Amino acid sequence: MKRARNVAIVVLAAVFAISLLANFFAPAPYAMQFRDFISSPASRRFWLGTDELGRDRWSRLLYGTRISLLLAPAAALLSTTMAVLIGGVAGYLGGWWDRVVLRVIDIFLSIPWLFLFLIVRALLPLNTSPLTSVIVTFTVMGLLGWASPARIIRAGAQSLRGSDLVLHARACGCPGTRLLLVHIVPNLKPVVFAQFWISIPTFILGEASLGLIGLGVAEPLPSWGNLLRELANPRAVMSNPWILAPLVVLVVVVSCFQLLLPQKEFAS
Amino acid sequence: MWIGRIGRHLAVFVLTTVIAGLLGATLMRFGPGFEADEQQLDPRLDAQSIQALRDSHSQERNLLSFYGHFLGRLASGDLGFSRSLARPVRELLSERAKVTLQLMGAGLAGGWILGLALALPAAIFRARLFDVASTAISSLFLCVPTAVLALLLFSTNGPVRFAIALLIFPKVFRYARNLLADAYTQPHVLAARARGLSGARIFFCHVMPSAAPQLLALAGVSLGVAFGATIPIEVLCDFPGIGQLAWKAALARDLPVLVSLTIVVAALTQLTNSASDLAIAACRRGRQ
Repeated sequence: MKRARNVAIVVLAAVFAISLLANFFAPAPYAMQFRDFISSPASRRFWLGTDELGRDRWSRLLYGTRISLLLAPAAALLSTTMAVLIGGVAGYLGGWWDRVVLRVIDIFLSIPWLFLFLIVRALLPLNTSPLTSVIVTFTVMGLLGWASPARIIRAGAQSLRGSDLVLHARACGCPGTRLLLVHIVPNLKPVVFAQFWISIPTFILGEASLGLIGLGVAEPLPSWGNLLRELANPRAVMSNPWILAPLVVLVVVVSCFQLLLPQKEFAS
Repeated sequence: MWIGRIGRHLAVFVLTTVIAGLLGATLMRFGPGFEADEQQLDPRLDAQSIQALRDSHSQERNLLSFYGHFLGRLASGDLGFSRSLARPVRELLSERAKVTLQLMGAGLAGGWILGLALALPAAIFRARLFDVASTAISSLFLCVPTAVLALLLFSTNGPVRFAIALLIFPKVFRYARNLLADAYTQPHVLAARARGLSGARIFFCHVMPSAAPQLLALAGVSLGVAFGATIPIEVLCDFPGIGQLAWKAALARDLPVLVSLTIVVAALTQLTNSASDLAIAACRRGRQ
């Protein structure tokens, strides 16, 4: 298992590095069209061929990987921060605040995440610029993904509230804010980190699903979601299996994230 | 005790539905284009008719009366009127529910059968090779978006309904395998084994009763997961179900449809969770 985890770290680091250096590795800008080479197969010039608009697939894959790999952790950070603020404080304070937060979490969790995203997306303009669509997609994912981690973080904070170390600190006259920031939040670190790490593949897969139904990152900006839309054309996939490259990269990256999950979380 | 428990669940169900309804109504009231009415753009209407149309919407501007009317209509079963499809939402939902229920039913049944079929031998026989292979397969399916699985099945003329099963089975497999493996190490199970009880008797009388409550909880959760997965599947594979309706409503900003769907989905999920909670309580009581 340790060897597999080491391999996962190396693979993730390599994919991150290559995607960050997309400007250097990509032979062409992601939106550049080669109109004489529309839907061309893989060749020495176009490693993964070109799409139906004549854009180089390899370049688009590199830039798309960069967007998905940088923004999914950002969305995970946003949702985990919200979960710590809401769940952590609810668990620490207890009482009616805890009951209200728990009910809100229940309501959030009783509506499927993708469905909730559809509703929020419907309220926002659909004809946004590509850059805005990236920000909107990942921000909304981050804002909607807090409920599940908040429930776990709340439970952790609640058990810490009754722990000996907190009782001792309280008996020593430690004020509430210091108790929360110095004694409870640092002890929640393993849970918070596990929740952050679990959220990353969830958001990557979420963006892919949204991109596939046309509600994710807008063209011409590439992301794994809209690169996978080419799979909707089975004939093209049969004649040019390189179309599957984004799917392979996505599966490899998500597998690496799953392998690197903290062992306890992985087992549960 | 049971009456109190059922009453508590009923109260939570009603509260969740009302809150989901109020949130939905807020979404509709403050959403873009709330006061816009296409009829007002009709060039055949004179100023008086347009004013009459505006007056007919005047009560909706008052927030409290808007909420009151909304909840009143909801209580009488009126889910509103779809702006984009020009039909009552209730009619649309009842028409499309069958497709979604079939898709979810097939997916849930397939996912649970496959998940348990792999988890049982993995937990009972503990063959390392089988365990590694089944874990690898289930992990692989956890890493592929359901929409992609559906597309691949669709393009190879495969059973698209099975895409949900492929989403559910890794979760069921992983959870059930860990639960059953844990249950097999319990002292009472070891004692039963030491007394020479048959494998089937140990499984049905000692292992399953201790794992059943958690499996029931997972059953409740998997329903919500399955519904979430129907949206991309129905959109990409052209199934005229509720998921596709939600997507169309989102693109057309048809808030009455989205709000009604939110309420129905929240109510159904809450109902399923309550049912699984009560079943868990019944299981635990049976064991005592």
